[in-house]
Amino acid sequence: MNKVLMSGNNIIGEAAIRAGCRFYAGYPITPQNELTEYMAEHIRSIEGGVFIQSESEIAAINMIAGASAAGLRVMTSSSSPGISLKQEGISSMAACELPGLIVNIMRGGPGLGNIRPAQGDYFQATRGGGHGDYRTIVLGPATGQELADLTMDAFDLADQYRTPVMILADGMMGQMMEPVIFKKPNPRNYPEKFMLRGAGSGKSKFIRGLLLDPIDSEGHNWKLARKYAVIAQHETRHEEYLISDAEMVIVAYGTAARIAKGAIKRLRDHGLKVGLFRPITLWPFPELKLRSLSSRVKNFLVFEMSTGQMLEDVRLALQGYANIDFHGRPGGAVPTPAELANVVAKFYNKID
Amino acid sequence: MIIKAFFSGFGGQGVLMMGISLANAAMNKGLHVTYLPAYGAEMRGGTANCTVAMGDEEIASPVASEPDYLVVMSSPALFSFQNKVTSGGTIFINSSIIEDRPLRRDVQSLCIPCTDMAQDLGNSRATNIVMMGAFIKKSQIVAPDIYLKSLEAIMGSRKKSLAEINRKAFVAGFDYVKD
Repeated sequence: MNKVLMSGNNIIGEAAIRAGCRFYAGYPITPQNELTEYMAEHIRSIEGGVFIQSESEIAAINMIAGASAAGLRVMTSSSSPGISLKQEGISSMAACELPGLIVNIMRGGPGLGNIRPAQGDYFQATRGGGHGDYRTIVLGPATGQELADLTMDAFDLADQYRTPVMILADGMMGQMMEPVIFKKPNPRNYPEKFMLRGAGSGKSKFIRGLLLDPIDSEGHNWKLARKYAVIAQHETRHEEYLISDAEMVIVAYGTAARIAKGAIKRLRDHGLKVGLFRPITLWPFPELKLRSLSSRVKNFLVFEMSTGQMLEDVRLALQGYANIDFHGRPGGAVPTPAELANVVAKFYNKID
Repeated sequence: MIIKAFFSGFGGQGVLMMGISLANAAMNKGLHVTYLPAYGAEMRGGTANCTVAMGDEEIASPVASEPDYLVVMSSPALFSFQNKVTSGGTIFINSSIIEDRPLRRDVQSLCIPCTDMAQDLGNSRATNIVMMGAFIKKSQIVAPDIYLKSLEAIMGSRKKSLAEINRKAFVAGFDYVKD
């Protein structure tokens, strides 16, 4: 497969189609429009492919829930305000154990905010977002290549655990073009018994999220909780960069992690020993890996394009074993590596 | 070493195509590359600009706070962005339609009457490719044949005559810049 130059939004679309996504529903919103556009142009030319520009974000999430119940690989995408509208449907998919991929190309918020890149939806994504006791697997890509790889992996994870999975990226990741090589997708492994395709002469099957008997409902909640515990144990992913001799470690994900890498290069040129810990799965958060790092590194700096959301997961992970500082640029402001390097240097010089 | 180039002008001048074609050429040369367009809420018209970062190492930030090269295709672009260029950098000016010149003395300016040159070749829409010829000659980021091959690959199956016009436009811009 040749290397091609594509925008992040188009990379997700191409990776999804290659991974066997055959049903996409979505409603336009900047900065993810190129993904909807890509699916409109390309999924229809695949046999059995369906593209629907729905009347609303709420319709889109419920359409993919229905198509997922019927056994298709499904995806919807939106940006922050649109993802808020989808929460009821995501909660319902989690309850009904329906696999599916939801892409959030984050923009500045709260409210309608603006269309610039931001990371203010971390809480919404990693805490479930909708109502009830559930979790969604959340993947935070930082490169065009990772957008391709994680999109394919997201479908496999969704099937394996029969749960909705979210790709959490931002406007910069969606708009930027980078070279990408599409890997060979795994063949789909999703048993027919979970699909509703008409009972025929057999026993009828049903999928439901309404459990009026509280004991039944409690049992279902614990069943989901056990599933989430298995995911938390087996599915964390992260990247470490220049950690081995680091006196200070920046914790950042997605676009913020790229900026942090640029800052670290500048700081290292001036002899400051700074490294990066980049969570790739935001839920489950790689907390044990981060905690084990604190046996050697005593100073951490969380950098986010928000007022401090992942910061809480870092605090939970480090449990007071190390100092934690924070730098944030919310609302659509994207700092340069040079700016971040200045901020990090200030904190670094306070270390005794 | 990472080199950043910033292209700017108004919508319809092929500003984004300049960046996309350069990014593709840099990728085909084997460089790390990112291309970042400025995106707005407007559907058409207005200003257009994009940043291309190229280098032999992983590119952290696709944003250019201090680009090495600035290409301006319209007067507002010159006023808006001339202060971004790094000291010792180069500004490429479409002098057919920009009468003003940079106020800065610490950067090199190259004036290319690319709209006039494209018109002389019979197609003013090739203005951006004339500029790319000058850009590739001066910057030497990629070899001219790699750039032209990449450009043809992006244009794909569109008219053969277009490829010929682009080639002529590129050579005109390339030859306009003296060593």
